[in-house]
Amino acid sequence: MRFQLKTWSVSHARLMRRFYILFEQLLFSLFPLWRLIGFKRIGPLITSVEKNIKKFLFDCQMCGHCVLDKTGMSCPMNCPKQLQNGPCGGVRIDSMCEVDGSMRCVWVEAWRGLSLLGTTADSDHINPPVDHLLHGRSSWLSIAFHQELPRPQK
Amino acid sequence: MYFYDEPIPGAPLPILPGHVSNGRFERVLRAGKFAVTTELAPPDSVDRNEVYRLARVFDSYVDAINVTDGSGANCHMSSLAVSALLTRVGYSPILQVSCRDRNRIAIQGDLLGGATLGVSNVLCLTGDGVDAGDHPEAKPVFDLDSVSLLGTVKIMRERSSFLSGRQLDSAPRFFIGASANPFVPPYDYRPLRLKKKIDAGAEFIQSQYCFDIDRLVTYMNQVRDLGLDKRCFILVGVGPLASARSAGWIRDHVPGVVIPDAIVSRLLSAKDQRREGIKICIEMIQQIREIEGVAGVHVMAYRQEESVAEIVKTSGVLEDRVPWHPQRDQFAAGPRLAEEKNECN
Repeated sequence: MRFQLKTWSVSHARLMRRFYILFEQLLFSLFPLWRLIGFKRIGPLITSVEKNIKKFLFDCQMCGHCVLDKTGMSCPMNCPKQLQNGPCGGVRIDSMCEVDGSMRCVWVEAWRGLSLLGTTADSDHINPPVDHLLHGRSSWLSIAFHQELPRPQK
Repeated sequence: MYFYDEPIPGAPLPILPGHVSNGRFERVLRAGKFAVTTELAPPDSVDRNEVYRLARVFDSYVDAINVTDGSGANCHMSSLAVSALLTRVGYSPILQVSCRDRNRIAIQGDLLGGATLGVSNVLCLTGDGVDAGDHPEAKPVFDLDSVSLLGTVKIMRERSSFLSGRQLDSAPRFFIGASANPFVPPYDYRPLRLKKKIDAGAEFIQSQYCFDIDRLVTYMNQVRDLGLDKRCFILVGVGPLASARSAGWIRDHVPGVVIPDAIVSRLLSAKDQRREGIKICIEMIQQIREIEGVAGVHVMAYRQEESVAEIVKTSGVLEDRVPWHPQRDQFAAGPRLAEEKNECN
């Protein structure tokens, strides 16, 4: 079921991305409101909304630096090797994952999503290594209010 | 082949203009020669002579020796230790670094250590999942991926710093390599993935086993269209199959190796399957050599290492070139080395 919904989200990459961007803009346009309430108070709420929606749609792992719009709405954190930059050389001939044979390779899915979006050129983009300090934090908040959120300290 | 400024075995070569490393392997490629590399599987022992025994079978037939890093997620002597042993007698090892077992702290430390011990080439790999190996219960690390590992090596070399930005007192001079697998899906993504690796820092590429020339030709057409063959040296992986049974086993157990049915049935119908496997490999090399944009072959012959010399020799790809090996300098270059030593004195 989990895999099916993820697959559905990639199949509807266009819709998903529009939804995603809209949500981001909505968050951003409500900036004064968030400021009024206070980021400390609103942060956990937004994080929890993000977590649940994205878990449902993309099997989100809350890595804290979402790249879904660059990966055809297929989350690379679901790759057993958490590859950020494309498929490994172990993908099976039927496009299934090398490690978990019951799952389609997330990067095969990403390529499908990018093709649907007509932006396969995005696959050029080099994603930096995962910043484990950001784990569990909201990507939406950090994208929308980049300046306001201090990077977690050691 | 000989370089006019070749020093004592084991000592690093001077870095020529347009070169990035002190290594012999980069020299061969940049000289436009069709290069041959092979693979050494580190032993499960503490016997350094075994390492040298394993290396010796390739003498005078290969330009560089890849030292695998826990290949197939199986535990063996470390690639760093074996590479260091090989540099001591002058071999040109390619240190394979996999992201599976070490995080960015350990990997960068090993890279500095490797460069200090005379390693000039590094191959950046993601690595097979732990499930493929003899310790499936181990924790998979995958802190970096192959692309960010490439970027890390490049940062260390070019900016003389760690990934964190902290400065190094001196930079490791690595010739940076990456792997490629044109033979598995998503096929159209593969050339772009290669581009990504080159953008991140890859200067040479070693591919997965090729048993399907048509697929390779299609891939290389796409690679040339993107101009990637001009930006890196591409070595195509080949290897002899010991039998139809072992082909079947590889198909089922080694991730990423695609063996077409035609190859398996050809092995099945052969009288001597082992010989047929070698023959197929030689034919493969000869066909690969004709493809524009290919700079060499990477001959992987796990448990058949002694067949590499024959394969390379029969394929004729070296032409009249004799790659460096420890004995060559002892005999052929004896007087020259003596002269050099006198000059040093």
